[in-house]
Amino acid sequence: MSLSPLNALVLRTSLPVMFGYIPLGAAFGVLFSALDYHWLWASVMATFIYAGAAQFLAVGLLANQAGLMEIAVATLLLNSRHLFYGLTLVGQQDHRGWRRLYQIFSLTDETYSLLVATDLPAGTDRGRFRLRLSALHQLYWVCGCTLGAWAGSRLSFNTDGIAFVLPALFMVLATEQYRHLRDWRPFAMALLIGLGTLLLISREHMLLIAILLSLSVLILLFRRQQPARAEQP
Amino acid sequence: MTETTLYLLSAIAVMTAATFTTRLLPFVLLYRVSDHPLLTWLGRFLPPMMMVLLIVYAFKDSAGEARAVLLQLSCLLLVALLQLLFRQALVSIAGGTALYMFLLQSAGG
Repeated sequence: MSLSPLNALVLRTSLPVMFGYIPLGAAFGVLFSALDYHWLWASVMATFIYAGAAQFLAVGLLANQAGLMEIAVATLLLNSRHLFYGLTLVGQQDHRGWRRLYQIFSLTDETYSLLVATDLPAGTDRGRFRLRLSALHQLYWVCGCTLGAWAGSRLSFNTDGIAFVLPALFMVLATEQYRHLRDWRPFAMALLIGLGTLLLISREHMLLIAILLSLSVLILLFRRQQPARAEQP
Repeated sequence: MTETTLYLLSAIAVMTAATFTTRLLPFVLLYRVSDHPLLTWLGRFLPPMMMVLLIVYAFKDSAGEARAVLLQLSCLLLVALLQLLFRQALVSIAGGTALYMFLLQSAGG
C-alpha cells in the first residue's frame, strides 16, 4: 500500500501533532473517567467540542456541577484567543459549504499554526491539504481521549491528584502568554481579582464573577487610555 | 434519560456552541469590526488574565488549608520552571503532576 504524495505530505506534517494530541487527549480521558460517566462520553466531547483547554476545564466544571451559564461564559472566554486566529485566515477561503464550516470548526491552536506556517510544494492542492490535515488532527484527538477514558475506567491505579494536570496546563499557557507579552501587569491584576473574589466574595461562583470583573476592569482601562490615543497623530 | 446524563448532554451542547462561536466569529465579522481597537485590546490582555483566573480557580477547594495550598503552589512553580527551561508543554505538565500525585498520595497514605 502506498500513499499519494498529498497524503504522505499530510501525514508527515501531522506527526508532531500526533505526539502531542494522543498523550494529551489520553490525559483528558483519564481525568474524565474519574467523573463516573461512561467512557464513550469522552469520545463525544472530543468529536463535538474538540478544544483541549476547554475540555480539561469542563471536567472541573462538571465535577463541581457548575451551572450552564457559568459553563458557557467560561468556555467562551477561555477560547477567546480563537477570535484572533481566525482573523489571519479570513482572507484565505479555500472551500465553500460544509468543507468550509469544518475547516473553521477544526481550527485548534496546533492546526492553525501548521496551516499558516507550512510551505506547500508547487502544484499542491491547498484546500485538500488543509482539510485532510485538520481531519487527521481531530482523529488523533478523538483516539487519545477515547483511549484515556477507556483505560481510566478499566485500570485501577491510584489517580488521586491527577486533576492537577488542569492547573498545570493553565500554568504552561500562562507562562507562554508571559513570554509573548513581557508585561506582568495583566497577570498581577488577574491574581488580585481572582484571589479577592475567592476570599472575599464567593467561593462557589468565583470563576464567573472574577471573569466579569476582569472584563469590566479591562474595558474601563481601555476607555481611560482612549482619549490619550486619539490625540496622537 | 437520567438527570445526570441530561446535565452532561446540555453541558456538552453549551460547550460545543461556545467553542464553535469563538472559531466562527472572525469569519462572520470579517475585517471591519474585528480590527476595532477594543477587540485588539481585549485580545491582548484577556487571554493572560483568563489563564491566571483558571489557576486561581484550582485553589477553590483548598483555599484556607495551608498544607494543600503550599503543595499546589510548589508544584505549579515546578511546572512554570520546566516550561521556561524546556518549552515542552507535555514535559512540564507531566513533571508537575507526577510530583503532585506522589507528594499527595504519600502524605495521605
